[in-house]
Amino acid sequence: MSTQPEVAVGRPHERVDGRLKVTGRATYAADHAIDDVVFAVLVDSSIGRGRISSIDTAAAEEEPGVLGVLGHHNAPTLPYEDNADGSYNPPGRRLRVFQDDQVHFFGQPVAVVLAESLEAAQHAAHLVEVTYHVERPSTDLSTAIGAEPVTYVRGDAEAALDPAPVRLDLTYGLARNHHNPMEPHATIARWDRGRLTVWDKTQWVGDGTQRELATVFGLSTDDVHIVSPCIGGAFGSALRCWPHVAVAALAARETGRAVKLVMARRQLYFGVGYRPAYEYRLRLGAHRDGRLIGALHDIRAETSSYETFTEEVMVPGQMLYRTPAVHQVYRTVPLDVNTPTYMRGPGYVSAVHVLETALDELAHEIGIDPIELRARNEPVADPATGLPFSTRRLQECFTIGARVFGWADRDPEPGSTRDGDQLVGTGVAAAVYNTARTGARAAVRVRADGTAVIQTATTDMGPGTATALTQVAADELGLDMHDVTVHLGDSDLPQAPPHGASTTMASVGSAVHDGAHRVRRSAAELAVGDPCSPLHGADPTDVVATGGRLHLARDPRRNDSYQALLTRNGRAWLEATGLYTPPAEETRSMHAYGAIFVEVGVDHRLGLIRIRRMLGVYDAGRIINPRLAESQAIGGMVGGIGTALLEHTVTDHRDGRIVNPNLADYLVPVNADVPNLTAIFLDGRDDHADPIGVKGIGEVVQIGIAPAIANAVFHATGRRVRTLPITIEAMI
Amino acid sequence: MPNSSAEGRAVSLTVNGVLRVVEIDERTSLLDLLRERLHLTGTKKGCDAGACGACTVLVDGARVNACLNLAIRLQDAEVTTVEGLTTGDGDLHPLQRAFIDRDAFQCGYCTPGQIMSGIGCIREGRAGSRAEIREWMSGNICRCGCYPRIVDAVRHVAAGEGA
Ligand code: FES
Ligand code: FES
Repeated sequence: MSTQPEVAVGRPHERVDGRLKVTGRATYAADHAIDDVVFAVLVDSSIGRGRISSIDTAAAEEEPGVLGVLGHHNAPTLPYEDNADGSYNPPGRRLRVFQDDQVHFFGQPVAVVLAESLEAAQHAAHLVEVTYHVERPSTDLSTAIGAEPVTYVRGDAEAALDPAPVRLDLTYGLARNHHNPMEPHATIARWDRGRLTVWDKTQWVGDGTQRELATVFGLSTDDVHIVSPCIGGAFGSALRCWPHVAVAALAARETGRAVKLVMARRQLYFGVGYRPAYEYRLRLGAHRDGRLIGALHDIRAETSSYETFTEEVMVPGQMLYRTPAVHQVYRTVPLDVNTPTYMRGPGYVSAVHVLETALDELAHEIGIDPIELRARNEPVADPATGLPFSTRRLQECFTIGARVFGWADRDPEPGSTRDGDQLVGTGVAAAVYNTARTGARAAVRVRADGTAVIQTATTDMGPGTATALTQVAADELGLDMHDVTVHLGDSDLPQAPPHGASTTMASVGSAVHDGAHRVRRSAAELAVGDPCSPLHGADPTDVVATGGRLHLARDPRRNDSYQALLTRNGRAWLEATGLYTPPAEETRSMHAYGAIFVEVGVDHRLGLIRIRRMLGVYDAGRIINPRLAESQAIGGMVGGIGTALLEHTVTDHRDGRIVNPNLADYLVPVNADVPNLTAIFLDGRDDHADPIGVKGIGEVVQIGIAPAIANAVFHATGRRVRTLPITIEAMI
Repeated sequence: MPNSSAEGRAVSLTVNGVLRVVEIDERTSLLDLLRERLHLTGTKKGCDAGACGACTVLVDGARVNACLNLAIRLQDAEVTTVEGLTTGDGDLHPLQRAFIDRDAFQCGYCTPGQIMSGIGCIREGRAGSRAEIREWMSGNICRCGCYPRIVDAVRHVAAGEGA
């Protein structure tokens, strides 16, 4: 079949939902106009570990407007069927809301107040008196004992390091990060004759939230309907179905009314997951010319006492550079905290920070340029799997970045450049993230009026899923973008994987492409068999479509429109289900790469660190929409600034309380923290990855930012800070 | 069913040009009044504590955090929310248009607050340079990190108005 011309894909189209979003008409979870809702406010435990001895609800229930209080003292037993494989539940025993008296962490939901007004529910939540048998929680990663480790061994790293001419032994401490999407998690739940409908903030309407709720309540998944058309950011926090969603559904069942539960900002610090804190010791051995000999990684990460959360923190150390001997020990440390979860660039953000700052130390130690050091350790095939790379243009990213950024002008001597009160420094780091794909489906329908509808159960937390899918569908169908509508965010639509891990375009985009391709082919076949069509008798594989007209690739004058064709043949529509199934076995090592360049200024008296400029150059495969891709990259850089300089959860280990669960004390970047940031995407595509040649962008753009900043801070000041965030205190 | 209207008091205020007389709980913030009573959900709750700017609206022409204002104190006030920016025939405010053109949002959740704050910022004469906009728009957090594009959009409109 002739290839379709690329008209929409690759162009910087504005967002298809832009108008909705700037007018305030986009409906996020708490915005759905559901009649007669009951307001629910969670009561959180005020101890870090122990048992509930009593819940006194008398005062709360006297508050005008209060309908009742649910807690373990009066909640019905729920089936909580096993759902180990679904919904991103890590191994362990998930929290079961109000099913027992155990408190596993500070802030665990212990009751929910239901009232006719939000004000009454909020006030009454303070009136619920919970008493506890208090135990001392263990929340300190540095002193707690780790679980049995996962290990990776290649060669004999210990023996290799011993005689190495250059050795480094570096210990890092990386703070916990909270996703803190601007939209708090929220759920509206309603039962209609045994069928549960949930309007929820979720990145995974299908096998995620739908399946989790079905197992909690012992329902068939057909009886659980999840709606999530707009997500106000999530970055991983809405991949998993958290306990509050079950609370809302339970409360709706008990009251027989729709229940609306919106989490307070404070509750997001313990009610949903976070990027775990790490202690990471890295020992490196290298030749004098910088070639790596071996690496020993000793990794400790926090998890909860009831679930073991792990992430891909071991991969970068295995494959980013040619390293003959690697030994990794990855230990989770169970603490009395809520369970961590995936956060943008999971595992990679943390591991790449360690590797890329360590390489900077090595470059400084042996006196070579950090970019040259990376070139000397460039592998020819994936060092972990031996597989050839699909594309790996990391060195090209560095070369182009160095030229654009003006790296050659740099004086390598730390502390050598000054601008007024600022010590100025520059740093680089590499970025890498695995290109993952998952099976996906999409329904594609072209109607007799010449418009098309695409349906798939993926969601859009901000990257512009609907826009990019519209572009892919428009090109493959040969329609103008404004004639294509994408529906997503509903579990009744064809199944799609979780919207995360940079897999959405590769997986769902490929399914949409396949569905559109099938519809166009059936239109071509209908046309060539239709004696009234100008295309009658042609070879259907010679037919392409543009601007709503099917025509011969070599002779556009022989053409027929979808509209005329379908109308003549009495067809209301043509439709097909598009499928994407990833290969059972990978034959290539597939990753997105990037090279990050940062310039910082550090006030030599105040220690204040300011980002002066930043450039990211990416090898991320085909870019469907450069405007959206650039926005995503800038967003990742801003997230990286937070990780590097600001974001830090402070826990009071006496009672396990998070001391700063709010946006005034847990700092995230604001406008004044962010200068002009630049992203460049190398032209190209990855045809091994998926039929549309994309690698995914969302994760790789937050990786490598923090180490590039840390390296720039060292270059500015000569000070090496191995903890994140790098705060003012470390500079003075 | 017992109801909090026992404590209710009436307040009359103008919201997007329409006079509204509502019986409210004295604890009700302007934000909850807009969202839960008047069903104007374009104004967002991000923190309910004055720290994020998602709830920014104009009260008597000045930008305020709706979560920090008790509705009961807004007798006779003129409130403008994002829903009030668009004209009857659906024409966008120049700053709404600029947000789309500059791609100044991703998830869109902070966007109504950013736009209302941007209008306030321009009116206050604090949009003279990129640096000034960055400072005076720093009360509005965008976790998607769209800041440079937000500055582009505000600067574009401010320059167009001859500011
Ligand atoms: S919701 Fe009002 S400032 Fe955050
Ligand atoms: S666009 Fe998502 S928070 Fe600003």
